[in-house]
Amino acid sequence: MGVIIFLVVAALMVAGGFLISFFWATNDGQFDDTYTPAVRILFDEEKPVENHIES
Amino acid sequence: MTLTDTKIACYHCGEECSDTPIVSDDKHFCCHGCKTVYEILQDNNLCSYYDLNQHAGISLKAMNLNGRFEYLSDEKIQAQLLDFQSDTLNKVTFYIPAIHCSSCVWLLENFNKIQQGVTSARLNFLKKELSLSYDPTQVTLRTIVELLTTLGYEPLINLQSAEHKPVQNKVKRRLILQIGVVGFCMGNIMLMSFPEYFKLDLNNVVDNTYQRFFLYLNFILSLPVFFFGAIDYLKGAVVSIRENLRKNTDILSVDIPIALGITVLFIRSTFETFVNHSAGYWDSLAGLVFFLLVGKWVQQVTYNYLSFERNYKSYFPLAVKVGEEYKNVSQLQKGDKILIHHQEIIPADALLLADKALIDYSFVTGEAEPIEKTSSNIVYAGGRNMGENIELVVQKQVSQSYLTDLWNNEAFKKEKSTPAIDLANAFSKYFTYTTLLIALLTGVYWYIHEPSLVWRSVTAVLMVACPCALTLSLPFTMNTTMGIFGRNRFFVKNQRVIQLLTEINEVVFDKTGTLTENKNAQVYFEAGKLTDEEARWVARLTSQSTHPLSKIISQSLGVSANATKVNCLNEIKGMGIEGVIEGNFIRVGNADFILSTTENIQSSHVLVEINHQYKGYFVIRPNYRKGWEKVLNKLKMTFSLALLSGDNDAEKATLSPFFTADRLRFNQKPQDKLDFIRQEQQAGNHVLMIGDGLNDAGALRQSNVGVALSEDVQAFSPACDAILDASRFAQLTQFLSFSKIALNIVKASFILSLVYNFIGIGWAVSGKLYPVTAAIFMPLSSLSVVLFAVGMTYLFARIKKLI
Repeated sequence: MGVIIFLVVAALMVAGGFLISFFWATNDGQFDDTYTPAVRILFDEEKPVENHIES
Repeated sequence: MTLTDTKIACYHCGEECSDTPIVSDDKHFCCHGCKTVYEILQDNNLCSYYDLNQHAGISLKAMNLNGRFEYLSDEKIQAQLLDFQSDTLNKVTFYIPAIHCSSCVWLLENFNKIQQGVTSARLNFLKKELSLSYDPTQVTLRTIVELLTTLGYEPLINLQSAEHKPVQNKVKRRLILQIGVVGFCMGNIMLMSFPEYFKLDLNNVVDNTYQRFFLYLNFILSLPVFFFGAIDYLKGAVVSIRENLRKNTDILSVDIPIALGITVLFIRSTFETFVNHSAGYWDSLAGLVFFLLVGKWVQQVTYNYLSFERNYKSYFPLAVKVGEEYKNVSQLQKGDKILIHHQEIIPADALLLADKALIDYSFVTGEAEPIEKTSSNIVYAGGRNMGENIELVVQKQVSQSYLTDLWNNEAFKKEKSTPAIDLANAFSKYFTYTTLLIALLTGVYWYIHEPSLVWRSVTAVLMVACPCALTLSLPFTMNTTMGIFGRNRFFVKNQRVIQLLTEINEVVFDKTGTLTENKNAQVYFEAGKLTDEEARWVARLTSQSTHPLSKIISQSLGVSANATKVNCLNEIKGMGIEGVIEGNFIRVGNADFILSTTENIQSSHVLVEINHQYKGYFVIRPNYRKGWEKVLNKLKMTFSLALLSGDNDAEKATLSPFFTADRLRFNQKPQDKLDFIRQEQQAGNHVLMIGDGLNDAGALRQSNVGVALSEDVQAFSPACDAILDASRFAQLTQFLSFSKIALNIVKASFILSLVYNFIGIGWAVSGKLYPVTAAIFMPLSSLSVVLFAVGMTYLFARIKKLI
């Protein structure tokens, strides 16, 4: 039954990994501006070139 | 080609196109500026700008750079603006007020495709800040700013841009981290606590091992909760206790009972874990700290896209031309010869060198009309040059000038007064002592009857009495109220302002721009009548003069295109103007000029005489805001009112029904306004000041709550506690009364949380507070208090028709 102890520790380590990535994201400024990225994601990379010639 | 029947909207900005169309690629434009922008975007293959939002552009009519950004070529000025500088990479952040839609984000973030040398562009939409990195060997700052301006996104560069703000993000990030860590620990601790609650068989060796394991794991997980999450409360408590011991204050900060509860929870749980080997209150501890931190986060939510802290520095330009080079305005010295262009602000008190100048002081003094100055007059800082370019000699440094002197007043040096009763802290004093007293009595009682229960009951009392629900109700109620006010376009700086609003008993108004609208003065002709033909003559004559009053009159009458010639034109400075039109001798001017002895003529009246016959006079009346009389009448019932105007007393008759004579003051200088407010405060009044201009800045600062009224909340407003959209002026009374309701809701939820505390303490004194009861009871009480506070606020907002 020692496997449960092992599992709990393993689960905590995985969760701890996410906690570290949360630290990373916060210190990187991900939560400083929560509005603009929501707009930014909607933009296409580039307008198709043929459209450009046509107009 | 007939385009006149249906007006075509400009493809770029959506404004109506003129009759002579400007066409490019079958698209119509209202002006060449818009067409230029379209072509720039077209050349760079960035036309999805128009697909995201129709007519997304900003109108570029009357755009003319004319070396306006020449000062950016100056190395020293540049260095003050840049965030980072090296040989191949410069970084700069601009505030761009014109940003308004997702197309703006798209275009500006693609700015590196338009301008070679720009390596990256990042936009913060809410703050309207564009961060650019560029290579100074390929492109100059001036080119970038000019291109941005051409595109319609003119960066706002003023004296304040040179002061790099301290990074506020650090504090906010730390709180987010704390919430994240504590939330993580709370979730895991709860999970680990479940087995204990479901009765592990402690006689069974296997179960016993698990129980120990979970306990120790909980202990480890709660270390970051206590030492990272709760550290600010512990520190705050220590500071407050120290201040009390030094007798600096007799307020017990609310941090003390909180820190007491948290510490006792931690110690008791450690004791249970390592001595008794039974379940501690780890989950209660983590839950408590988590809720407290969330409450703290809610408390500091503000409108970060609005600026409440602006002073004269954000009104003044960054640099001004001195001789051949540019100088930072704050470094101007006496004797510097400066050149001020049309529409620029005069940054320092200076001597006029040019023959004459027309200067608009409306924002500084509240005077509606521009003032004419002649050579070797002193021109005060803050005026806007309305005429041609003028040269001036600086007399005083910027910080010493007549206008900026206001900011040297002590009102600006000290922190704004805190609410007389800071609710939570006022409460905390009694709360702490009561809790300690109950804990003591419990201890004494059990010491006599059952000594083994002393430790358990006393710690239980201290744990359960932690005023978590109490501290949550205030931020959540106030935050909801702030949100409701925001929906009604009344933006308060922080939660404290709402508390201050409830204490107000006197309201002071500024006139120009507050009770009256800034623009749209109305011209009336009184004491007589003009025929259409006569009106045309007067309009024709006044259009010949540059005097501001003449301009307003000629504009309101309208001058026909095929105007007749004016003969024998003669303008006498400070008196009036006369001339002959179609054989009629027309004179327009003040009472001394016309020599009319009739009626009660005032200085602001403009009299008209045609062919030596007195016809009547023009009166220029400001337009009052919609519903202003209603607002004043309502306010008069509960508040004492006062009006401080920088303008002359022409409107005295209209306003006197609402104000008592000594509280209706005209020709007030900024300093006078500040002094008036201070006097009122010394008499024990809590003053709300409503103003809009720099001339009110001192009064806004000195008052208990300073409200800036603004046509456009994003536009410049002086430092204040709240910004009210001018269109919602009529709702002012509603806001004041609702803030009182909000405070009552807070008090009601205080009582509710006290009820919970009594129940909890009931269990605690009997020594029967089990970990599982605490784990359920404590979060539940906090949650229900928060729900009560938020729910009641919404309910009352609905009843009061604010949502």
